[in-house]
Amino acid sequence: MAEYLVLIYGDESALGTSDAETTNQMMKGHQVFGERNTAALRGGNALQSTATATSIRQAASGEFVVTDGPFAETKEALGGYYLVEAADLDEALALAKQIPMPFGGVEVRPIRTFD
Amino acid sequence: MLAATVRVTGDIDVAEECVQDAYARALATWSSSGIPVRPGAWLTTVARRRAIDMGRRRSTHERALPLLVERVAAPAPADLDAGPEIVDDRLRLIFTCCHPAIGMDARVALTLRLLCGLTTAEVARAFLVSEATMAARITRAKKKISMARIPYRVPPLEELPSRIDAVLTVVHLLYSTGHTAPVGADLIRRDLVERSLDLARVLRTLLPEDADVAGLLALILLTDARRATRLGDDGHLVLLADQDRAQWDQDAIGEGVALVRDALRRRPPGRFALMAAIAAVHAQAPSWDVTDWREIVGLYDVLVEIWPSPVVALNRAVAIGLAEGPEAGLAAVDALGSEPLLATYSYLASARADFLRLLGRSGEARSAYEEALLLSENAVEREFLADRLGQVEG
Repeated sequence: MAEYLVLIYGDESALGTSDAETTNQMMKGHQVFGERNTAALRGGNALQSTATATSIRQAASGEFVVTDGPFAETKEALGGYYLVEAADLDEALALAKQIPMPFGGVEVRPIRTFD
Repeated sequence: MLAATVRVTGDIDVAEECVQDAYARALATWSSSGIPVRPGAWLTTVARRRAIDMGRRRSTHERALPLLVERVAAPAPADLDAGPEIVDDRLRLIFTCCHPAIGMDARVALTLRLLCGLTTAEVARAFLVSEATMAARITRAKKKISMARIPYRVPPLEELPSRIDAVLTVVHLLYSTGHTAPVGADLIRRDLVERSLDLARVLRTLLPEDADVAGLLALILLTDARRATRLGDDGHLVLLADQDRAQWDQDAIGEGVALVRDALRRRPPGRFALMAAIAAVHAQAPSWDVTDWREIVGLYDVLVEIWPSPVVALNRAVAIGLAEGPEAGLAAVDALGSEPLLATYSYLASARADFLRLLGRSGEARSAYEEALLLSENAVEREFLADRLGQVEG
């Protein structure tokens, strides 16, 4: 078995202006996803919007530069994630396809292990 | 042999190493004891034994190694003989190489490298990139297969239709690249055409019930049946209209037509079956003039519906011109003029030029041929276009 991080990306402005029904449906979708896949789920969270993000970079001098905003400005921002366990990529993709993604899509990345 | 060995190792790189070892052993052994009765089976057995050996040695740090498959119990040497499982192994490998999680370029490269056995240098030449670029592309794809654990297996039934399509697309791309090389001095790359034909035949053996597989094999056979007549003795391009039909490969046509019938039984017909049906109409027409153009337009109508590609739409427009005359053809081609994907496609300009020439609008025809010349990068095609340009008097 292997672990994969499923990163959920979406258009924040579309999320912010969506009607109550769309939002409810999405919440319900996540709930159903969680109930159906308890055995495979290792964790997961929704994130606050990128407006709440703070980024830190370290200059060559060693000095920290703290700025307001996400690390990279993109139209579709990281909005949440699930950590799942799967036998192979096909199984991970089958899980990821069940995640609601009304404002974007998801990225599936294998977790790197070190020995 | 590689496919059978991957099943034991679960890792393509290790399998390739084992196969190389087997060849080295063959060189040493066969020169003293003679060539075995079944050299292929001998090599496969040696490669797989070596793989099992390595597997045992590695088993202590097993967890560190990314696997393509859940390790199967190592088969006893007696089970290693060839049989239907070799066919299964090749099928698994095709599906791994053409997994949608791998980029299209890399799918084609991996298929040529691992299934057709081309060297990295040969694959690089086929796609006109440097060997270093191709090596990097293949390495990256293999790394992804291993790191992301792209499984080495035939997908389950419910996923099969979409996954077969990815495989057929790769084989078709391989064929089209060989049929008219996009750039370079030769019009046809025989090696690529033959590899694609081989693969289509393998797929047909593996999936005899699949209509799309039958359609693709038919398409390749029927189009390739004309290969000998597409170039004149002087190396010039000969159009379908002017080809010597007596020289078309009748065996290939017969096989292709039978396959088309088989493929069209499925409703609705798939894109490869429809393209093959169009090729079959040409293959069975005694001459260009008595070709059933209305039948061809009808087939394109269905094709453009299920596969709304601009190139298909352009072919349909040309067929309309042949069925209803150059005026209708020009109108149909011009209707596609705003299609951005066709803006740099030399066939749009050359189709316009041909219809304009037939309508006697020489000035416009000339500038359209000039445009096509600017867009085409195949030397044989360019020569043909230059020749046509010379025929249009100002």
